Parts: sequence; C-alpha cells; structure tokens
Amino acid sequence: MNPFSEAFELLTSGDLYVWEVILRSLRISGLALFMAVIIGLPIGAAIGLSRFRYRRSVVALMNTGLALPPVVVGLAVFLMLSRSGPLGGLELLYSPTAVILAQAVIAGPYIAAVSLAAADSVPPHLRMEARALGATPLQATLLQLREVRTALVAAVAAGFGAIISEVGAVMIVGGNILGETRVMTSAIVLETRRGNFGIAVALGVVLMLVALYVNVLLLLIGRGSVRRPLSS
Amino acid sequence: MTAAIGAGEREILSAEALRVEYGQQTVLDLKHLSLGEGEMLAVLGPNGAGKTTLLRALAMLVKPTAGQVRFRGLKGKSAEKALRRRSAAVFQNPHMWGDTVAYNVGLGLRIRGMGAHDVKENVDRMCELLGLRGLEKRTVDTLSGGQAQRVALARALVLKPEVLFLDEPTANLDLPSRLALREDPERIARQRAGAVLLITHDRNEAFALADRVAVLVDGKMVQIGTPTELYENPADSYIAQVTGAELTLRGRVERIEDDTLLVDIGGVKLRTVGQAGEGTPVKVAYRPEDLVLAPADEPVGRLSTRNVFFATVTEVRQIGGLFRLRLTGPGQVDLAVVVTRSAFEELNLGEDVRVSVRIKTTALHAFPAGGEE
Repeated sequence: MNPFSEAFELLTSGDLYVWEVILRSLRISGLALFMAVIIGLPIGAAIGLSRFRYRRSVVALMNTGLALPPVVVGLAVFLMLSRSGPLGGLELLYSPTAVILAQAVIAGPYIAAVSLAAADSVPPHLRMEARALGATPLQATLLQLREVRTALVAAVAAGFGAIISEVGAVMIVGGNILGETRVMTSAIVLETRRGNFGIAVALGVVLMLVALYVNVLLLLIGRGSVRRPLSS
Repeated sequence: MTAAIGAGEREILSAEALRVEYGQQTVLDLKHLSLGEGEMLAVLGPNGAGKTTLLRALAMLVKPTAGQVRFRGLKGKSAEKALRRRSAAVFQNPHMWGDTVAYNVGLGLRIRGMGAHDVKENVDRMCELLGLRGLEKRTVDTLSGGQAQRVALARALVLKPEVLFLDEPTANLDLPSRLALREDPERIARQRAGAVLLITHDRNEAFALADRVAVLVDGKMVQIGTPTELYENPADSYIAQVTGAELTLRGRVERIEDDTLLVDIGGVKLRTVGQAGEGTPVKVAYRPEDLVLAPADEPVGRLSTRNVFFATVTEVRQIGGLFRLRLTGPGQVDLAVVVTRSAFEELNLGEDVRVSVRIKTTALHAFPAGGEE
C-alpha cells in the first residue's frame, strides 16, 4: 500500500496510535506554550516598555533568545534533570513534564525577545496619553500593549510553531517513550526508521497542517482580519 | 502684573513655585499660576518657551523638580488621582489608539468603568456634536488630520472634564481643517469643560479665545492678564510685539453679501470675512498694524479697501520705534492702531487729530460671539 493512501486511511479511520500521538503533541506543546507565555511575555513587555540603565545590554542578552539552538536547550535541560543534576531529585527525566519544560525553555526566551521588540516599538508618549485619559498605571500598560497586539499574537503563534515542530530537545529529555513522551516529531523519526511510512506521513501531514494553520493565523493578524485577540 | 483670577471665579487649579528641570536645564520656573472655575487661560509663547512642559506639569503628567500643583485644594497623590479622573487633555499630535473612532471616543469612559450601553450613548452624542456622525465605525488610520483632531477633542470632552488641557489643538492642521476647527475649542470646549488651559503659539487664537493670556518666555511667565490688559500694558517689547495680535470689536451681522459680512459695530458698518448668520452677535478681530490712516481732509479717491471711516486719536503711546494709537470712531467705537515713527511724523499725528481710517475686508475676521455673553 502506498504510504499516502495509508496515511489517509489512518487519519480518517481514527487510528488510536496516530491520534494519541497527535493529541499528546498538542497537549504538551500547548502547556509548554502556556508556561512560556505567562513568563516570557510579561518579562519582554516590561523590559520593552521601561527605560533603565544597562537596558541595551539586557536587550542584547534577550535577543539571543531568538537564536537559542533547541538541541542545546535540550542538552541543558537534560543535564539539569539528570540524576546527578541539580534537579535530579525530582526524577522528571523522560517524563512529559521534562518535555514541557524543555519546550517552555525554548519558546519562553523566543516569546520574550519578540514581545520586547514589539513593546519597544510603542512610542513612550503613549503612556502619558493614556494617563491623561484617566488610566491607572496598569491600565496604561495594557493600553500600550494593546497597540502592538498583533505583534504579540504573532510572537505567541511563532513560539508555538517553533516547539510543535522541534525534535532534538524532545528526544533528548523525553526519550520518545510510547504513551509518555512520544510526540509527532519524535514519532516521525522513529516510524520512518522502522519503515512505517504510512504513520510517518500521516503525522507529517498533521504537522504541516498545524504549521499552515499557524501561518494563516499570522497572515490574518497581519492583515488585520483577526481584529481584537487581546482586547475587550 | 495682574495674576489674580477674575472676580467670582473660584480657583480650580494652581501652581506654586513650580520648577521643571531636564538634566541641567531649567525648562520651567513659575512663581504662581492659577486657573479659575469656568476660565479659559491661554498660554502664549515662542517655540521652546516651555509651554508644553507647563501643561504637562499642571496636568500632573510630569513630576516637577520643585514646587507643587493643587487641584481643588488637594495636593500630592490625592490631587493627582482626582485630576486624572476629572480632567482631560488634547495633545499636539494626539495618538489615535489603533481601533475605530467609537473606540477612541469612548476610551476614557471605559477606563472609568462605564458600562457599554452608557458608553455608546455618550459616544453617539459626542460624535454628533463634533460632526463625527457616520465615522464611528471607521478605523483611525483612515481619518484625515482634521477628523483625527476632532476625535481627540471628542474623546476629551465626552469625559465632561473639570479641567481641559489643550496643547496646540490646531497646530498641525491644514488650513481648511484649521478653519473648520477654530471654533470648536471655543464654542464646544467652553460649554463642556469646567476650565480650559490652552497652549498655543498662535497669538490670534490666544487673544480671540481666552479670558486671560499668560505669556511664557524661556520657561518664565513674563506677564499674565486679560487680552486688553496685555495689550494696553505690555510688560516688555516682546509682549508688545506679541500683542500686536488681533483685538476684537463686538457687533452684529447686518447682512451677508458675496461671501462677506456687513457688521454693525456701534453704528459703524464694516465689511468683514467670516462665518456667521444674519443678525447674530459677532466678535470682529483685527490687527492694529492692518489699519491704514490718512489725513481726514484728503480725498479718499478710489481704493480697493471697502472700509473707510473717520476717527479721532485719543491716546498716543510710543513703544520703541512704533507708535500705538487709540482711536475713537463713530458710535464711540474704540480702535487700536500701530504706525511707524515716520508715518506718525509725516501725518502730523497726535492726540485729538482727526484721521481717515481704512481697513481691508480680508483683514477683519468675524467670529460668532458665542453664548457666554
């Protein structure tokens, strides 16, 4: 049977293995994204909106988050979680939590760096304008960020795209254990090696669709068709 | 120097010994300034005089290096908190928050926690008032400069501010928008806001609109007073120059002809430009240097100037190389004229001299006098 028609059949018949991997993938990366956003976005936004000494050095440091090699992140998280590492006692290595952590560490600095650039582009006098309208300091900050909401949503979406398609760190810290840490990317690697091309193609197609979906979302945001993702 | 606010006007905002420094530079240094209830105070001065800094300091949007601002007797944090919720500002290049016109106009109300239904009602009413009807759903990036300025004004006025801060609200507009808007701060802001602080470098605007005018030069207030006080008693030559600005006469539109207005000013009929309906009270603004004098006994001949009448010089003051004359025309109309020394000498001018006065129609601008009379 040719791998494409097999992939089609696997996806349409609701094959348990394939769908289990897909859903786990989405769940792991979704949780990782959530962690990355609640930590990375406020940090990036705060640095982007404020002015302080040594800010340029901090910004340069943050920008390395954009170039962080995922496989190195995987290695670092592995060393942290390994039995002799500082967090070894938690026995998280090769667990879904380890994969979520690694992915969060990949996406977090990325989202922080892009959020920083977005917040940095907000003209500083907007804060005064917001205050003059009666805004409290917190309301003023939210109004400032609202002005770059499309860039912030793009940061989050791009962060998700980066981790859902990442394979190196996932394999290092997760170990590709069936029912535990096997996600779409690591499953594709394994099934291709095993010669199960149908499964690999099915997962590949879903991965492509997710990437396509993310990009269409970005495109719509860029065009302004998705108008108020972060507003009242 | 007349710094006191007018009789019967309760002080709403005041500043004492206010100083603002940016680094080593003192941008603003004020002994005292106050704004009365219902008053419009114009702050006039050249670029870089510290006008915008003054506005921001009075609006408590920048922290002064020294001194303090009081709002209704409150000071410090409580004054700032109260002022934030009870004042509004229109900046020179007002930011349009990325969304629709309606979003912008209602933003301050939503910030104050007003419910969606009430916000909409208020926004609709304000859009109607400022000629923004039908633009509510437009996104702000499609607005013209004049429309954006109106949105900024609507956004401020919808809050019914007790103090309205206007920073050069018409500075960056093209001429048609400017003319269309010139009336708004006066007519609408005066009705809708408790007190108005108007920053401008446009002397005509300051003199035409304000109850009092403060002149700021190099961060210091060189004079404050009513337009008449400033005109009659300029503290220095800069103010004398500035107050060569328009003065106003009060009259009533008698007829509208060929896009010009025939205005009756105490019996003198003057042809002016401007927009006002027949029978409405108007202020007619003119610049003292635009009046042309000729000896009274000289035949008028044929002139392009439409307005010619006789008057008597009642007062002469020399300011530098210029002479400032006060004239009384028919119906006791008081006029001010500025002439050069050589003209003064050549025409044998002096007190009690009768002269023929000529002024072009286009040098007279009629404004509706508004409801405050």
